[in-house]
Amino acid sequence: MSPVQAIVRRELRSYFVTPVAYVFLVIFLALAGILTFYAGDFYERRQADLQPFFAMHPWLYLILVPAVSMRLWAEEAKAGSLELLLTLPVRLWQAMLGKFVAAWLFVGLALVLTFPIWLTVNYLGHPDNGVILAGYLGSWLMAGAFLAIGACLSTLTQSQVVAFILTALICVLLLLAGQAQVVDFFQEALPRRLVNGVAHLSLLRHFEAIARGVLDVRDLAYFLLSIGAWLTAGVLLLDLRRSR
Amino acid sequence: MIETDQLTRRYGRFTAVDALSIRAEPGQVLGLLGPNGAGKTTAMRMISGFLTPTSGTARVCGHDVQSDPIAAKRALGYLPEGAPSYGEMTVREFLVFIARMRGLKGLSGRRRFEEVVGRLQLEEVLDQCIDTLSKGLRRRVGLAQAILHDPPVLMLDEPTDGLDPNQKHAVRQLIDAMARERTILVSTHLLEEVHALCNRVVIIARGRLLADATPAELEARSRYHGAVSFSAPGSAVSQEMLGRLPQVASIEVDPLDGRITVFPRQGERILEPVEQLLRAQGLEISEIQLERGRLDEVFRHITTVTEGQP
Repeated sequence: MSPVQAIVRRELRSYFVTPVAYVFLVIFLALAGILTFYAGDFYERRQADLQPFFAMHPWLYLILVPAVSMRLWAEEAKAGSLELLLTLPVRLWQAMLGKFVAAWLFVGLALVLTFPIWLTVNYLGHPDNGVILAGYLGSWLMAGAFLAIGACLSTLTQSQVVAFILTALICVLLLLAGQAQVVDFFQEALPRRLVNGVAHLSLLRHFEAIARGVLDVRDLAYFLLSIGAWLTAGVLLLDLRRSR
Repeated sequence: MIETDQLTRRYGRFTAVDALSIRAEPGQVLGLLGPNGAGKTTAMRMISGFLTPTSGTARVCGHDVQSDPIAAKRALGYLPEGAPSYGEMTVREFLVFIARMRGLKGLSGRRRFEEVVGRLQLEEVLDQCIDTLSKGLRRRVGLAQAILHDPPVLMLDEPTDGLDPNQKHAVRQLIDAMARERTILVSTHLLEEVHALCNRVVIIARGRLLADATPAELEARSRYHGAVSFSAPGSAVSQEMLGRLPQVASIEVDPLDGRITVFPRQGERILEPVEQLLRAQGLEISEIQLERGRLDEVFRHITTVTEGQP
């Protein structure tokens, strides 16, 4: 078994022996349901799709994903197990990848457990299941991007609270950068090119495109590159920490 | 083998480890001795690859910890200070995780697991959460983790710190048993440990190497080395007589228990003349002792007196 696999297994296990996993799953599923049916007007729209469900995900992730990612490195640094982990024969990128993959699989499990809503919409009508699948993929990719941001920022501190706040802050900025109202607001004050450039950085735009069922290579690449870039930054920060 | 070459670590202006060059060979238990804050842990963290040296480097079995960190880490078993582990895991889960990270598998891996668990007497707590274990047991789990892959080099940061005397004894026996073909580097601030464990000692303070010697050589540096001490009632007379012996440099009387210590002149042996004199005086002495030297005194001398000098 490679070190990455060993770390993935250890991390996943640690989610489920502590209350973290159960609290997360219950709150995620409850909020996803409530927001979809009440805030998203699931029935009133009288359309057989999951648009209102997916539309809520960025905001749900904003709170819940930093709660998963905050512990990734901060907890180990605080408990001292970081010294143990990093003196085992494992490279920094392998440790980072293992932790990230475990967290991403865990959020993926939470998404899979929302299947009753998919059953519901199939029972009520004839939705385009391809679009729904794309929506799930987009949602999972966005969660991955959030997690990568959180994994990176968690290396900066021993305090999980600080890691949470930093991650939520960066994520909300990246979400807002693509909101139509925010873009319009800045359109007047700043050069158009700059505003559009920043808007393209927004997670929201790329997610909404995928959630509509449009699988554009550029959107997929955006998420995968984001994940890669944030994880790489995290590895560099870990390395910097060793010589600081 | 462990080698450090001008190993240095600075935190801003503060120098935690200052151009430290030490060498530990197979079959050797090298004690890294120093007051708290001397730089022992920082030095070990650099050798283990957890911290990057500011300058200089270290090698484990010839593998440079900076240019070939994975090979160096494979050769090394390391017990970090305080024996950190994953508290929410059971002992079994934790050791299986370490075995996987170390690439141990199959029958040989399982045998090694059984052997280490037996050696550290962890059978009964295998399925307990590490968080629920006593300090001594947790330390044993840390040791099990360090020796699981049967490493040629072992580095233990204060392995007996905070243990009770029986547990200390058990840990020392374990280290002793493993010492034969391995290179072992043990940090400590306990002098008794040096006697019990080490065949060579490196003393550091403020990050600098101050002495590199065998425990016996260090004892020979003590002013007590070769001194004779005894307890005798009616000591006033004998003191005066003793002072007249040509080999004797000085005499001290312990103000608490009245024990007399006689110090020799350089290179003189004084046990016999002192004994003869006492017998000739017809003095009753309960016991007489030839001092080997006091490590604590040498340690204090080296780490405090030398400190200010460049």
